[in-house]
Order: sequence, then C-alpha cells, then structure tokens
Amino acid sequence: MNAIIISAIWGVLLMFSGAFLKNKSIPKYLALFGAVLALSSTCLEMKTGHSFFSFPVFDMIKTDAFNLLFIDVIFFIMVIYFLLNADEISKVGQHVAEYYALIFFILSGIAIAATFNTLLMLFIGIEIISIPLYILTGSDKRNLKSNEAALKYFLMGAFSTGIMLMGIALVYGGNPNASFYIDKIDMGHGQMPVFIAMGLVFMLVSMSFKVSAAPFHFWTPDVYDGAPTVFTSFMSTVVKAAGFFAFLRLFENAFGSMHNQWQTMVAWITFATLMIGNITAVFQQSVKRMLAYSSIAQAGFMMLAVFALNVKAKEGILLYTAAYSLATIGIFGVLSKMQDYTIDGFNGLGKTKPLMALAATIFLLSLTGIPLTAGFQSKFFLLISAVENGNHIWLVIAAVLFAAISAYYYFRIIQAMYFKSPESEEQIVYPVSIGHTFMLLVIATLILVIGIYPELVIGWMYR
Amino acid sequence: MGTYFSFPDLLIWLPMVAGLLCFLPALRSQSKNLSLLFSLCILGVSIASLFFTNDGKYLTYNHVSYIWLKYLGANYYIGLDGVGRSLTLLTAIVFPMIIGSNFKKEISNTHSFYGLLMFSQAGLMGVFMAMDALSFYFFWELALVPVYFLASRWGGEKAIASTFKFFVYTFAGSLLMLVGIIYIYLHTGGRTFEDGTIAPHSFSLSAFYQATLSTVEQTWLFILFFIAFAIKMPIFPFHTWQPDAYDQSSTPVTMVMSAVMVKMGLLGVYRWLIPMFGQADHMLYHIAILLSVIGIVYASCLAMVQDNIKKLVAYSSIAHIGLMSAALFSMKKIGVQGVFLQMFNHGINIVGIWIVVEIIERKTGIKKIAELGGLAKKAPALTIFLVIISFANIALPLTNAFPGEFMLFSGLYQYNPWLAMVAGLGVILSAVYTLNMVQKVFYGTIKDSTSAVSDIEMHEKLVLSFIILIIFTAGVYPQPLIDLTKSSTDQFFTIIK
Repeated sequence: MNAIIISAIWGVLLMFSGAFLKNKSIPKYLALFGAVLALSSTCLEMKTGHSFFSFPVFDMIKTDAFNLLFIDVIFFIMVIYFLLNADEISKVGQHVAEYYALIFFILSGIAIAATFNTLLMLFIGIEIISIPLYILTGSDKRNLKSNEAALKYFLMGAFSTGIMLMGIALVYGGNPNASFYIDKIDMGHGQMPVFIAMGLVFMLVSMSFKVSAAPFHFWTPDVYDGAPTVFTSFMSTVVKAAGFFAFLRLFENAFGSMHNQWQTMVAWITFATLMIGNITAVFQQSVKRMLAYSSIAQAGFMMLAVFALNVKAKEGILLYTAAYSLATIGIFGVLSKMQDYTIDGFNGLGKTKPLMALAATIFLLSLTGIPLTAGFQSKFFLLISAVENGNHIWLVIAAVLFAAISAYYYFRIIQAMYFKSPESEEQIVYPVSIGHTFMLLVIATLILVIGIYPELVIGWMYR
Repeated sequence: MGTYFSFPDLLIWLPMVAGLLCFLPALRSQSKNLSLLFSLCILGVSIASLFFTNDGKYLTYNHVSYIWLKYLGANYYIGLDGVGRSLTLLTAIVFPMIIGSNFKKEISNTHSFYGLLMFSQAGLMGVFMAMDALSFYFFWELALVPVYFLASRWGGEKAIASTFKFFVYTFAGSLLMLVGIIYIYLHTGGRTFEDGTIAPHSFSLSAFYQATLSTVEQTWLFILFFIAFAIKMPIFPFHTWQPDAYDQSSTPVTMVMSAVMVKMGLLGVYRWLIPMFGQADHMLYHIAILLSVIGIVYASCLAMVQDNIKKLVAYSSIAHIGLMSAALFSMKKIGVQGVFLQMFNHGINIVGIWIVVEIIERKTGIKKIAELGGLAKKAPALTIFLVIISFANIALPLTNAFPGEFMLFSGLYQYNPWLAMVAGLGVILSAVYTLNMVQKVFYGTIKDSTSAVSDIEMHEKLVLSFIILIIFTAGVYPQPLIDLTKSSTDQFFTIIK
C-alpha cells in the first residue's frame, strides 16, 4: 500500500519539478530519494503489518509477506538502477523530469499489479504499467527507430489489452456465482465451463504478450532495440518481472484449482519461448538485439514458475527477479558506454577497461547460470519447482539444454572481451566515470552474494 | 567444532587466497613465486593430512560442515576420505610440478594466469572433497570456469572454438546432472540441522544413498549422471571435445585437464553414480563397460595414426581412462582398488609426458612427429627422462602403472575374460604408438628443426627427476597407495551390497 501511494505521489511531484525547477539535476536526486523512501516504507510495512495510508479499498488490494517482499526487491533494484543510470537518463532528451515521473507511475502500477485481489485491479495495474512505457519507448523523439518501436508497441499492446478485458469479462460473466475477489473465486475442480475456459485462454494470451512469451513475443526485439538503452534495461527487467509476478499470482489464485487442465498449454508456451528465444539469440550480431532475444529466453525460464505453481516457484520468481534484473541492468550499463553495439565492438575490452570487463563477465556468467552467481540460484530454484511438480519432466530437460545453448551467445561477448583484440586503435568506449565502474562492481558483488547465499532474499518470506 | 583448523578448509582456502593475492596490484609481479610457494604449502598440508586418518579423534580435522541453505536442506560439507585423500594429494603434487616446469616460460599477463590456475586448484580440491550434492555441483562447475579462461586466453590459434566446445559439452552434461540431483533431492527424507531447523529434503550424500527410487527412476537418473561423468572423463562417444582441447590449450592447462580434471568424472562415478543407482537396470552397467572398452581400442588406433604429438598423448589418455572406467563399472574388488591406484599414477605419468612434450614444442616450435628427429643426440638427458616415462605409459613392470594396470585387468577379467582380452589390445597398441613416437622423435637423423636444440635446464631436470622417483617408488612398492584408499574400497562395497 505504501509503495503504491508513495510512487504515485512521487510521479506527480517529479512532473511538477520539471516545470518549476530550472536545475536539471534535482529530479535525479528526488527520484533516488523517492525509491529509497518507497523501499524503506515497504520494509516497515512488512515488519509491522500496517501501512501509513489507510482508507477503504474493500479488499481489492491485498498484501502479504510474499508480495511485499517482491515490491521490496523491485524498489531495491530501482535504487541501484537510478544510481547507475542517472547520467544516461539525462542524456536521452530534454524532459528529464518527465522520464522520472513516468518511471514512478510505472512503479505505482507495478505495486498494484503485485498486490491485486480482483481482476479489475489487475487490469488497472497492467495498464498503468503499459501506457507510460509506450511513451518511454518513443522518448528519443528524433530517432525514427524509437518512434517506430513506440507505435508498434502501442498498437500491439492495445490489442492485447483488449484481449485481456475480454478474458476478464468471460471469467466473471461465465461464472455468475463466483466471488469478485480472486482469492475466493472458487472455480471448482470439475470440468471447466466453456466461458471460463475461453476467459482463461484469453488471459493467458494477453499475459503472455505482456511478458513476451512465445508465440506472442514478436514485438519484443523491435521494441527493445528501438527504445533508448536505459529504458530497455528498465523494461526488460523490472517491468517484465512484475508482469511475471502478476501472471503467477493470477494463475495461482484464480485458476490454481484447475491447474492440471491448463498446465499442458503453459508447458508448450514455455517450451516455445525457450526455443525461440535461445535459438534466435544465437544468430544476432548486435548485442542489444541479442539481449532482447535473451530476455525472451529468460522469460521462458520464468514461465516454469507459472507452470509449476508451488512454493519453490514463488521463491524462484523472487530470486529470478533479483538475479536477472541485476545482471541485465548491469550488462546494459556496460553496453550504454560502448561506441559500437555489435559483438565485435566488445573486442579487447578486457585490456582497456579491466574492471568493467570483470563486472560484465560476472553479469554474463550469471545470465548463463554458472554457480556462485545469483543466476544459478534462480534457475536452480525454478528447476526444483518444476521437477517437484512432477508432470512434464521433458520440459525440465529441454530447459537445461536450452540453458546450455544460452552459454553460446553470452560467452561470445566474454570471448570478444578477453580473447580478441580490437581492429582499430580508436577508443572502444565512451569515457566512463569512476562512479559508474564502482556501481557496476557493486552490482557484480551483489550477484555473487546472492549466488552464495540466496536466503538473503527469500529468507524474508519466513520471518 | 572445537578445532581451530581442518585439512579440507586449508586445501580449499590456501589456493583460493593465493589466487586472490595474485590479482592484487601490489603483488602482481610476484605472482609466479607466490603461487609456487602456496602450491608447495598446499602439498605440505596434503601430506600432513595423510597422517591424520579418519579413525576416532581426528575426525574433526577431516570434515567441515556448515549450515548453508536452511530452507532447502543443504550443508556446505567437505571432508576427506581415502579416495579424496589420494586425489587431493595428486592435485597437490601436480600443481607445483606444473608451475615449476614452466617457471622460466614467458607468459603474457602472468598474474591472471597464475591467479586462475590457483582458482582452478581450489575448485578441483572442492570436487574431490564435497560430501553434499549441492556443494559438489558448485565445485564441479567452479573448477570448469577458470580452466575455460586459461585454455582460451593462453591457447593456440583455434583455442577459442575448441575450448568453447569443451565448455559447452561439460556444461550441458552437468546441467543434466543437476536435473538428476534435483530429482533425487525431492525423493530424500527430511533433514534436521544442528540448530533444530527442519528441511523437507536433504542434499547430503548419505540421504542421497538412501533416497527411495524405483528401478525405472534409477535407470533414467543413471543415464543423466552417466552423461555428465562420461563427458568429463571422457568415454567414447563423448570424447570428441578432448583431443582438440588438449592440442589447442597451452601445456600447463592441458596438464591440469588431463592429470586432474578427468579424475573428476571417475570420482563422480565412484562416489555418486554407482552407490546411488545400485537398482538401476543392470544393462546400463554392461553398456558403460562396453563403451569404455570400445573407447580403449578406438583411441589406441587413432593414437597410432596421429602425426601431432599432443593429440597422440590425448588419445592415449582416453585409452587409459577408458580402462579405469571399465574396471570401475565392473565392480570387482581388485579392479576398483586398481582404479584408485591408477587414478593417482596416471596423473603423475601424464604430467611427465606433457612436460617433455612441452619442452620439445618450446625448443623446436613443432608438434608434428614427422618433422622431428634425432633429439637424443642433442638432448640426452631429456631422452632418458622421456624413455622412462614412456615405459610407465606402457605400464612396464617396475613402473608405477604396472601394478595398477594389472589390478584393472584382473578386475575386468573377473567380469568377462573376452572383454579383458579386447581391452588388452590397448596395452599392445599403446606400446606400438608410444615407442614409435620415441623412435621417430628422439632417434633417426637430425632434421633442420632439431639441429639447434639444447638440453634441458636444472629446474626441468628437478621436476622430471621427481616424477621418475614417484614412478619407481610406486612401481616397486605400491602398498601405501593401496592402503590409503582401502577404507574407501571397503565402504564402497558395503554401500553397493
């Protein structure tokens, strides 16, 4: 509750700060402060169980240790994100305060999508996330690719929103005795009524679209490639994780009792996502586009949580959020300093910028899922959850084989950095501040710490 | 725990600390000396650990266990048993020899090279001592990562591709093993920790041995684990990464791979695979033995036609490992004892061969056997060393490989005499290609490439004499090495009963 209100207020505050304050660097400190405030107040809410703000929401929003922890993780990552990327955000365009305002509106939406208890709130949350994202995608106004990406994203997004709304209508309408609240919705255990089944499929399609699961992923590479790199890093991590969280929450609470009837469908979506993401990423030359496909591949792994739907899946999605977001934000932080976005552009980085290359190596190892990094632990938990579930063991085998394929494209960057030398004598990176390198190393350290002791993150669920 | 130190801790942390120190800017110039010093200390610790065996009061010196992941039921648990002791000793002996024999060699980026080398030692030590499935998996992968970087960064011109092949092969194998580990984990009983917390399942080795699995499940899991270990050893047909990787890596790295890393696979079979899946379809054991024997003959034949001296040694290593794996899977007492003995000896001998090969390659710049010749006149000392080590490679009596190979064949003979005869072909063939290599490289006419070669230097003589010393000592009196692993053999046969 705290997080929703504070980020909404902060969004408005930041919008006005752009209009009234001439100093361009104020929004950045304000945003950082806002993220810290939301983080600490959510921690407090977790500890005491009370929010600063209390007004009747009629149970439309419900908080528990699990989703509060998720919001904590999100805001913690946002603090890191702001610390790392403040300079990059101000380079995107003129209206710096607005970008921050939009980000905070998205965060408010994320907090709603994480705590929703009716399908209406889910819809509102998802929309609050989506609309500012369309704007952020197109924020590089003079760049044609950015414009194209924004339009594409908007059109496809609007379409999937329509599908979601139809799904909600079918679920509520097809089951007249059901409660409005998803934790009491009781779908029964027998054969699904046809309206509910249709509603479920519609919701599945639209949620798959939001998290870019195959075969609804086609917007992802273009949008991630076209958007300014800082915002791609935001979109592909925090926002995607929030999408998955909502996905998991929806299917666990609303459709959990009919798990066995839709599980096979999710299994095939998972398989398709893993396959398309990993196989296509292998052929990319641009690192940014490769990361876009790799984010589809990682989404495939996160889909295992929705597929398995048990306690380990919840823990896994939390870890995945932390691990994947940290590593991806880090690697985009490195990428934003590169002159050349192709893989060859990384040639010789190990010699010219050893610390930056070291951090990048840890991010890439984490994305591959090598032990001692957070990426391993998150994959490990999701694999446990999928095996524990017991059905479709073939999917687990497929998932690990695709993880082995993912080593191919992540390691191409490592090979470029350490084993190849640059073709020309020119600088391959823009000037990098000490602070930026320091933040990259901090993120790398966090990844290692979580990799060694993941209960640092998930342990809070049980205190 | 009550004690202030323990051997497993020292064996992991000493190389780890040495690796970190190598990367410190202030100590970078000293990294070579530093790692030599530390690796000698590790050798000292490892020898000292031989005197503190597991009976009774020394138990706490040999086992380290901390609560790691409470909600999952995983401990950080490393400990020394007989085989662990022998393999950590091998690792501890091999590393100073690697560093010593390359002491004069110019290596670019010296500090990262030695830093990574020490990290890989830490990982390998961990694999040999891990007694908890998750710790085992961690170390298993951690040993791989530094070796990958070492092999790619300091390798030949095709090193990036061939090393990556090696990495992906082993990574895919170990991920399959991870699925297997998870599956067994979910079929184990609960675990109560020292502080009273209860986890629903357990990653401990003993819990894994007692997991309730049906025959069908065991059969599938056997396959998952077998692929991981077979890639590592490597066994035919999973061996294709190995000749290229050995050929393209720089020799110190090849030594790490061939002397120590391949033993990870054998250790995995001994400690994890066979004791866990005793109920698996017995056909699988036969298939594993058959594949190993095919590998022996196949690799020996390929070794005969190799013109590249490094690939020749690589294929000969496949043949030797194949014999060990066949004896291990046949599960006859004398054979298993032979495996433990031979794991140690093979490591020593192959390091000796690689040192000689490295010297030849450094002095002439050539790996092709046809272009070499007449080295005996130019480098008599080197020739003596090589001939002795070659005899050990063929397992002639008096050399350390003889008792081991004898035991392996006895085990295999008890399993199936015909198969033992086929595998015996490998010994004959190994004599053919090894002696052929010695003859072509060291005798015959002096070629252009070898005319300017000088004999070896003092530090190389020192390392090689040390190897010869081990070869003869263990060849004449192998009993201490057999005693060292006896407790493990007994334990192995009580578990699989």
